[in-house]
Amino acid sequence: MELNKLKDIATQVRRDIVRMVHAVQSGHPGGSLGCTEYMVALYFHIMKHNPAFNMDAKGEDIFFLSNGHISPVFYSVLARAGYFPISELSTFRKLNSRLQGHPTTHEHLPGVRIASGSLGQGMSVAAGAAMAKKLNGDDRIVYSLHGDGEMQEGQNWEAIMFAAHHKIDNLIATIDYNGQQIDGPTDKVMSLGSLQAKFEAFGWHVIELKEGNDMQQVITTLETAKAASGKGKPVCIMMHTAMGKGVDFMEGTHEWHGIAPNDAQLENALGQLPVTLGDY
Amino acid sequence: MLTANWKLPTEKLIFAPILADIMIQDINILNEKDTRSGFGEGIVEAARRNPNVVALTADLAGSLKLNQFMKEFPERYVQCGIAEANMMGVAAGMTVGGKIPFTTTFANFSTSRVYDQIRQSIAYSGKNVKVCASHAGLTLGEDGATHQVLEDIGMMKMLPGMTVIVPCDFNQTKAATIAVAEHEGPVYLRFGRPKWANFTAPEQEFVIGKAQVLAEGTDVTIIACGHLVWTAVEAAKELTAKGISVELINMHTIKPLDEAAILKSVQKTKCVVTAEEHQANGGLGDSVAQVLARNYPAPQEYVAVNDTFGESGTPTDLLEKYGLGKDNIIAAVEKVMKRK
Ligand SMILES: Cc1ncc(C[n+]2csc(CCOP(=O)(O)OP(=O)(O)O)c2C)c(N)n1
Ligand SMILES: [Mg+2]
Repeated sequence: MELNKLKDIATQVRRDIVRMVHAVQSGHPGGSLGCTEYMVALYFHIMKHNPAFNMDAKGEDIFFLSNGHISPVFYSVLARAGYFPISELSTFRKLNSRLQGHPTTHEHLPGVRIASGSLGQGMSVAAGAAMAKKLNGDDRIVYSLHGDGEMQEGQNWEAIMFAAHHKIDNLIATIDYNGQQIDGPTDKVMSLGSLQAKFEAFGWHVIELKEGNDMQQVITTLETAKAASGKGKPVCIMMHTAMGKGVDFMEGTHEWHGIAPNDAQLENALGQLPVTLGDY
Repeated sequence: MLTANWKLPTEKLIFAPILADIMIQDINILNEKDTRSGFGEGIVEAARRNPNVVALTADLAGSLKLNQFMKEFPERYVQCGIAEANMMGVAAGMTVGGKIPFTTTFANFSTSRVYDQIRQSIAYSGKNVKVCASHAGLTLGEDGATHQVLEDIGMMKMLPGMTVIVPCDFNQTKAATIAVAEHEGPVYLRFGRPKWANFTAPEQEFVIGKAQVLAEGTDVTIIACGHLVWTAVEAAKELTAKGISVELINMHTIKPLDEAAILKSVQKTKCVVTAEEHQANGGLGDSVAQVLARNYPAPQEYVAVNDTFGESGTPTDLLEKYGLGKDNIIAAVEKVMKRK
């Protein structure tokens, strides 16, 4: 898809995110806004996937969201890609909705293949799904997204060791490297050191994405990662983003990890994000 | 969220562990506060009294209301990052050297996430760690089922040597936090996220393992814990108005369980309803049923979650949908009395 069209989708997705979170006065706008380019690029340009959802996804690329709290961006992109009606975004976090606070398979929302929300579990799941693809002789790719704070969970490192040991080279795991988590900057809460060096030491091929909010760079990097797959090593993209990207007062601070804008803040935010495809 | 009438606290409102002459209609809301803030105040007080008290968190210091603790005792505050399993092990290690570690995160990440670390390094090893768990149950609301642990009381009470405490409101959570610091041994302290009725006495003594009889009655016993104690108070008021004499027990300590209080009450009323924000499987209700089965079989009805996961929604909507509302308690009372 053309770059300008992808950018328009991203702007609309950002509108969806702030409106969804505002409507229920809960949810996580910060990480969602920061990962918008990545999610749009993946679903509208990079992945081979079928919105007529099939859990097993044979012959399709798969995406797993490990940092489940950024469900707003996931739901908006899935809806805009045709997995379920866009109008359903208005049910986010409400009683009897398929759009749970954190993504689940329990309510059978098309596009979701695993529950996430309790952090640190998605890397293992992605490795397992990638392994199943290999066993099935399916050469498509498994993509996964993880928070940087989330990397503090030890289970990730078990999965990272596992994936390298088993040469799971059809896995492309992306880290949302925004430097923020709930209690503050990751460096203050629990410093991650060099994540790149850590992944490399565990036997992964690491690619740095300097501008994770630049659509062109995101696409180029995902294509580079695809080209690097199938070579005996799992691939990791270290994706530098700004938490809250696209809404100036939310940008670059952990304060907007998980709080909702009030009415005035919503208006201000929407003023910075022109309607492109039509609101839900 | 709460509809009960506001009324200033009266002199009578000072609860001893067993208080005979309090009428259910005299129990009123003092204010609405979240139990986690009671924990936040309690741990500061505990730390002032005992220099060995330390607080650990896993990227949830703000949610667990540790702000004042961090200000007053910065060197006794340990940020562990999003790594709960490590936090439990570190806490166990810090007891070797006499520290009294309070671990703080959401209830799900305090239990299911780290069950084996608690089992081996804390419970089996007999370490003096206080596992402090916020956002328990359905009432955490919109975050949904991934975060709404409804199995934690069961998991924790099954561990030999573990004390399990589920206070009912802000004041009681504060008192319980202070009390567990003085108690030697592993403790699971469960509380919640939303603002809720605060109705027990501000400066109360919290006695671990001693049930609190909130009202005496002869027709039915209601035994509740946590947020559902207030729901039970509201139900009991309506039942009383209908002419049913309710004995209401706040079972803030699930383990060790006050068996004597249960037996004394049920021997009088001959039937019981239990109410909790937890699965029916393995919760307070099962603990009560075990005491009765062994000593004095009697009809019992459960107000609890019926073998299902929760979902996103507002706390009150969720309690209603999953059968944990005032009307559910009333219906359970009417049903159990017919079974006598
Ligand atoms: C196991 C677990 N522990 C704690 C939490 C609470 N929590 C939700 S998001 C979050 C911070 C995540 O940081 P990061 O992965 O960097 O995501 P970001 O804030 O950048 O979106 C925490 C601690 C959780 N969801 N799961
Ligand atoms: Mg982050």
